Amino acid sequence: MNETITILQQNLGTALWDTAKMVFISGFIGIIFGTLIGLFLYYFSNPLFSPRPVLNSICGFIINAIRSLPFLILMVVLIPFAKLVAGDPYTPLGGAVSLSVAAIPFFARLAEGAFAEIDAGVVEAARSTGAGFFLIFQEVLFPEALPALIRGVVLTLISLLGYSAMVGTIGAGGIGDLAIQYGYNRYNTGVLISVIVILIVIVQIVQWCGDRLAEHYTRS
Amino acid sequence: MSQIELKNIDVTFKQKGRTVQAVKDVSLSVEKGEIFGIVGLSGAGKSTLVRTINYLQAPSNGQVVVDGTDLTRANAKTIAKVRRKIGFIFQNFNLINNRTLAQNLAFALTAGGYPEKQQPARITELLDLVGLADRQDNYPSQLSGGQKQRVGIARALANDPDILLCDEATSALDVETAEEIIEILKGINQRLNITIVFITHQLEVARSLFDRVAVMENGQLVEQSSTYDLFAAPQSDMGQRLVSRFLDTTLPAKVQAQVTQTDGQLLALRYRGSDSLNPIITKIAKETGIDINIIQGRVEFIQERAIGVLVVYLTGTAVAISRAVQVFKQRVDYVKEVTTHE
Repeated sequence: MNETITILQQNLGTALWDTAKMVFISGFIGIIFGTLIGLFLYYFSNPLFSPRPVLNSICGFIINAIRSLPFLILMVVLIPFAKLVAGDPYTPLGGAVSLSVAAIPFFARLAEGAFAEIDAGVVEAARSTGAGFFLIFQEVLFPEALPALIRGVVLTLISLLGYSAMVGTIGAGGIGDLAIQYGYNRYNTGVLISVIVILIVIVQIVQWCGDRLAEHYTRS
Repeated sequence: MSQIELKNIDVTFKQKGRTVQAVKDVSLSVEKGEIFGIVGLSGAGKSTLVRTINYLQAPSNGQVVVDGTDLTRANAKTIAKVRRKIGFIFQNFNLINNRTLAQNLAFALTAGGYPEKQQPARITELLDLVGLADRQDNYPSQLSGGQKQRVGIARALANDPDILLCDEATSALDVETAEEIIEILKGINQRLNITIVFITHQLEVARSLFDRVAVMENGQLVEQSSTYDLFAAPQSDMGQRLVSRFLDTTLPAKVQAQVTQTDGQLLALRYRGSDSLNPIITKIAKETGIDINIIQGRVEFIQERAIGVLVVYLTGTAVAISRAVQVFKQRVDYVKEVTTHE
């Protein structure tokens, strides 16, 4: 019991911070680029804009290819790339590289779905005013898709939290790594249970905040 | 030159290897300031056709000329410019749900290049016009259907359009609210001299709103006339079907059986109000020696002119009856022999 407390006191802060770094960096990159790619997919598939079936299927193929790799394999394959980008792949920053690569296509599909679910009539009405695509994005697509995008962000962050444990085990640190190092390898069940409880709490909080936020932006 | 000219419009869709021709060789022109209606059953191609006018739907063949601009040869910029002068009103209102009414209108104003500083005043003016001035900060979900459509009208009018396109603008509303919307549109047409193209499957709308009307069936324009003429004497099959249903003279089966107990012929007649039918009926009865029994009759007003709707039952010898029917056909706009076994 005392040992558990000592371990947690010494390591929990750093572990949480490392996890936060990995999740937030990759989440941020994934959401920004994922939104752009999702918008791109929507733009090139919607008959009201500029349907380019070939371009769309090429883009879709690349996204599916990345998403079809189990994260464990993607992470290993991307070690040289992480080294190139972050210097040392076995740091939270290095871990964030492969997490980002996984997050982008993941969120792109969610964003595409969020845009595609907008009532086509509303978009058509916007089109009929003579508005350009940027204005339509800003004033129609974004506010109408926002609740779905927020739910997508929640889903992405929670998935990244899970994946970050995997990156942690190859040396990037974080809370998942803490659980494996002490809880599993050193048979300290206390650490393992503590980490599980912390993860459950984090996920609940993120989900709750996301739900409230999505609700706040839904006016229909 | 007419304000809107559609020449030989074809619209073809390719769906999963199947080719669907939604609009076939339609030509029509709409004059400045008139209310032009297109009626037809759903799936007749009306919505597709009306969308070629603001080029939301590019035609596969043919020419679209709006205010002298040939849209079929215009670039995207010119099309956007023409669109700003064409308001569009939808069946399902299509407001941005997560934006307030003021924001919905501001969007249309920004799209039309309206200076941002003057937008608040214009938004108040527009909402005032449709009687919703105090609802600026409401969201669409807080409004009733009729109120949403009024916002739709305000949005369509935002950039001082020359043309309003209405796609079943009253079909999602109850009768009373629909009449309200029709009155608003009439007022707009009269005060601002805005041309309106309105498509609908509701003949009530045609009766109370349209100056001229076209009938569409299976992608083709089968008839075009003044609204009064369409109701008084429809020429096409589809026109007759639509109008007959509207000016319904069908008798309940029991009544019809009772009426037609003796041998004779049931006739449905429609005639222009300016003709007085009574002398004709008396005259034909005298000339042919038959009895004419009036079963039901009423007068409908269309564009402030009357149309008489009458059902009569002729009895007498078979020869006399067929002669009488001939005479009716010569002198009355619309005659339909109702067979007793229908």
